[in-house]
Amino acid sequence: MSTIIDVQNVSKSFGGVTANRNISLSVKKGAITGLIGPNGSGKTTLFNSIVGYHPIDAGKIQFEGREISKLPVQEIARLGLLRTFQQTRIYAQMHGLDNMLISLPHRKMRFSDAFGRNGAAEYERAEALLEFVGLYEKRFLRAGSLSFGQQKLLEFAMALMNEPTGLLLDEPTAGINPTLINGLIDRLQRANAEFGITLFVIEHNMRVIMNMADQIYCLAHGELLAQGSPDDIQKDQRVIDAYLGAH
Amino acid sequence: MKHKAFFYLILLVAMVAAPFVFPDFRTQLATLWLMIIVALTWDMTGGQMGYNSLGNITFYGTGMYVAAVITIGLVYDVGDYTGAAGGGIHAFSEAQYFSGMFLGMLGAGLFCAIMAVLIGYITFGLRGPYFAIGTLGVAIATGELVSNWEWVGGGQGIALPVYPGDLDTGKLLFYFLYAGTGVLLFVFLKWLYATRFGGAINAIRDDEEKAEAMGVHTLQYKLATWAMAAFFVGVAGAISAFQLIHFEPLETAYQTINLGIFMVVCVLLGGKGTLWGPVVGAILFHVFKEVTWNYLLGWQWVALGALIVATVVYFEGGVVGWLISKKPQWFHVQGKSSETVSEERP
Repeated sequence: MSTIIDVQNVSKSFGGVTANRNISLSVKKGAITGLIGPNGSGKTTLFNSIVGYHPIDAGKIQFEGREISKLPVQEIARLGLLRTFQQTRIYAQMHGLDNMLISLPHRKMRFSDAFGRNGAAEYERAEALLEFVGLYEKRFLRAGSLSFGQQKLLEFAMALMNEPTGLLLDEPTAGINPTLINGLIDRLQRANAEFGITLFVIEHNMRVIMNMADQIYCLAHGELLAQGSPDDIQKDQRVIDAYLGAH
Repeated sequence: MKHKAFFYLILLVAMVAAPFVFPDFRTQLATLWLMIIVALTWDMTGGQMGYNSLGNITFYGTGMYVAAVITIGLVYDVGDYTGAAGGGIHAFSEAQYFSGMFLGMLGAGLFCAIMAVLIGYITFGLRGPYFAIGTLGVAIATGELVSNWEWVGGGQGIALPVYPGDLDTGKLLFYFLYAGTGVLLFVFLKWLYATRFGGAINAIRDDEEKAEAMGVHTLQYKLATWAMAAFFVGVAGAISAFQLIHFEPLETAYQTINLGIFMVVCVLLGGKGTLWGPVVGAILFHVFKEVTWNYLLGWQWVALGALIVATVVYFEGGVVGWLISKKPQWFHVQGKSSETVSEERP
């Protein structure tokens, strides 16, 4: 499998706090890659660096062989690399279906397409994806009135609507009812297998990530602590120590 | 659908009949349409896109001046004309007047649209209240610059030729120029808000950072929206220039505290982010203003202030917003009530 996201020696600090120090990792095309680590270990900072939220201090980030570390958020998104947020972000005043329709991939549109209306094909796709995440019945509810878990699912469906090649998910199961988590794992795996989307997932729920990921990276104190298959990671004493607070 | 078509037909008939049914109120009715135009255009950025501009009056004033310069410039040297300050003899034939008016309106609209793109390129880096203050600053600065520019008459302002026909026909003409522009704008917005463009600017309003993360060309949309708004405000300004005949920069053209604020109040009163809100708001506001300015003279600004406070505190969504929350089924909105609403689909 070829590498789709390649992070080389990336460092990022905020004032005196070093959030990421000399991190190198690679995400394989078509795989599900996990990113774990205790709170404050720099996972979200690394995501933000990859999608261009802030400039990085040192290192290189490549997406599909193309240097993206200097590109702004929108341009990276239009290359087909998307992220969802830890604190869910949806368009609160619009209903679910509109949220979906706005998420059509702008990289495949010309500006003049903005003056057209969405056709039956777009509506069908939006509704099919809402059905896919189980929000079809609620598609005409104001998105802001959905529960946090439902908003999370909506945000995931919106990301799929955008037809990305790579999708960075920041804690997709946080705030979701435990009985729904199995369904979500299934959907993430189907998005990966059926739509061919490469997933890079930050997750605190070990059961979820160990079941899903092909490869896992573990961060601690802003540094890459360990990497390997789920089995390797589970047996790694350094990872266990990091989570239990031993230094 | 049939009901809707009938409803719009009645409104259209009322719009055409109004100046004939109320011949004494032609000027007030014309001003009402001006209010509707500036309120609708303000809502494009303020309501639909979430960018509260206090500087849209810049395009009104600039539209006036562009129309004046074009009309005069087609026939005379503008500097000579303003330098004479009414002393020289500068006659305009009917053909010169109307061609100046037509080109002036068009030129004002295009000039303001380009101006909006240039100003927007800088000011759209500002968010929330900073954008409001930034654009207000642009309006004040532009007014001051123009009032010191002798070529266009400086602080004294500039005078346009008088309408060549009789006064009453002139009033009708201005009414229909405003009303025509207003109807055109309304139809344009009704179409625009239903396209993907409308969705994109709503997305910017709800969460611009999310829209960026989804790859929406946010700056392009913001510039295009403001340019379209500025086009119509510029045209309205051009019509005002011909209607008022003489205008000066600070109190008439770049009147930040009057029309510049009125347009915001109209939208807040009627309901932000809705197609009908600005129209309803403009009508209510105009009636309120005419009544208080006539019967409460001396207290009119106090009454206006009280109205603004009451709207902001008790009617946050304006009249239309309040109606939507009370009768969601009228607007195809599925609110807290569990009833299912059938949405229109293509």
